[in-house]
Amino acid sequence: MTTPVWAQLSYLVAAVCFIVALKGLSSPKAARRGNLIGAAGAVLACVTVFFAAEIDHLLPILVAVAVGTVIGAVGAYRVQMTQMPQLVALFNGVGGGAAAIVALVELNKIIAAGSPGPVELAATSFTIMIGTISFAGSVVTFLKLQELMTSRPVVFPGYPLAYGAALLATLAAAVLLVPVATLWLGIVLAVLGLVLGVLLVLPVGGADVPIVISLLNAFTGLAVAASGYVLQNVLLLVAGTLVGAAGTLLTRLMAAAMGRSLFNILFGSLRGGSTLGGGVASDRPVRSAGPADVAILLGYAERVIIVPGYGLAVAQAQHTLKQLVDVLLERGTKVDYAIHPVAGRMPGHMNVLLAEAQVPYEQLKEMDEINPEFKQTDVVLVVGANDVVNPAAETTPSAPIYGMPILKANEAKQVVFLKRSMRPGFAGIENELLFEPTTTLLFGDAKDTLAKLLAAVKAL
Amino acid sequence: MSEPLVWLTVFILAIFVGNEVIAKVSSTLHTPLMSGANAIHGVILLGAVLVAGSADTTPVLVVALLAVVLASINMVGGFVVTDRMLQMFSGRRRIAKVDQRPGLPGGDTRELPR
Repeated sequence: MTTPVWAQLSYLVAAVCFIVALKGLSSPKAARRGNLIGAAGAVLACVTVFFAAEIDHLLPILVAVAVGTVIGAVGAYRVQMTQMPQLVALFNGVGGGAAAIVALVELNKIIAAGSPGPVELAATSFTIMIGTISFAGSVVTFLKLQELMTSRPVVFPGYPLAYGAALLATLAAAVLLVPVATLWLGIVLAVLGLVLGVLLVLPVGGADVPIVISLLNAFTGLAVAASGYVLQNVLLLVAGTLVGAAGTLLTRLMAAAMGRSLFNILFGSLRGGSTLGGGVASDRPVRSAGPADVAILLGYAERVIIVPGYGLAVAQAQHTLKQLVDVLLERGTKVDYAIHPVAGRMPGHMNVLLAEAQVPYEQLKEMDEINPEFKQTDVVLVVGANDVVNPAAETTPSAPIYGMPILKANEAKQVVFLKRSMRPGFAGIENELLFEPTTTLLFGDAKDTLAKLLAAVKAL
Repeated sequence: MSEPLVWLTVFILAIFVGNEVIAKVSSTLHTPLMSGANAIHGVILLGAVLVAGSADTTPVLVVALLAVVLASINMVGGFVVTDRMLQMFSGRRRIAKVDQRPGLPGGDTRELPR
């Protein structure tokens, strides 16, 4: 089965489209166009494969493509922006699963054909292993983010032993598949990969899960690249490798933004309780106030900085917050949003959520840009965020978030927290800032409280 | 150059391209970038179509068709969800421009950062 020259050229064009797409996605101006170019490349590649190769069972295949297209498109259209991370995890998982299945089917075929080459078998084995790890791992990340299971690290006695055994068994099966090529061994390898994928993600704490999604994304890319060699399709090799390399770098960038090492994220909780927070509400005294008091604080401040967090999005309060900011701007207050790199559930997530509420891009300030301004700020309004302003990241080496850069809200003259309760943040640790004398707490559902605050500021 | 070496060359060069194209991305775009890269590895659909198209027994065909469904979910869903995210980014910039023309009283009148 040789690919005709025109099809090779067509694949080359598609590969260039993918590169342009990734390039475009790294600048806000060109991002959407870049993504569309990538989609065009994908369509071109799909059309090409139907004409370039001899495809039997055309009707069932087209039906299967249609079914997948409908499921994917409907899922993507209906998802809430707050649930974006878990949807990406799910899409990544099915991609890894597809790669693993393709490799298993191909293994069956090359065994039947006789005398398979060692490189081909190694690539097949690699795809099965990485594809199944990515699939199972992604499903667990989905369950964690959707809160269908606990988002805390899950470990049980003997975990490192089980983990190590699964890892060794998987690697042994993967290596053994090269000299002893049988379909059964391939299926055993797939099952071991699934087990390993689950064990890989279980001990990861909720706040670190998005970084693991990025890692699994890179895994799926590499699995696709390896299957490209097996199927002798250069586009799969190039596209898979691009994603593998870009995904690996992205994982490192994200981990750096959170001040965490990848090793710590993956294995930290296995070494003891260091990444496990207490997760309990404190009964230490705090100063709380009503919406009317906070409205006066805000109304007569000259400089206000808003620190939005995931809780804001969960309460669907972005629009109310935007209205409040608009009223303050009309009163002549200088207001900005301070966006922590990992605000929301994954890097850049908060930008998407605020964009949905049509908050102007210019009001969003990245951490490095806004941090020097907290000293001159009258009021910092923290809405649904917690860990990203927790000074423990700088002061307490034993804290799980130690080393993560934070927004220096503690340097402002006044800090107001909008909180539902005293429950700790996603990292499960107490926030010292809540007990500072300059801090005021305003309890209640974010949307509800912001509406009251809005009314009170308007009435000033 | 022998054939496996050609593949190895393409592989190594693609690693460098993959690293270079996203080296300077701002954290604002990490989420769409992850989602976009996710969509791109949906090209495994080609592989799924190829193995389904050469399936010679019914069980193999059924399994391969499952891969086709999963891969199309990955590819189509990935591109659509990325577009939905980015649509908001561009929508926000348009509205920002409209907001600036009348000049908000006492509001943010600084130059655009980029």
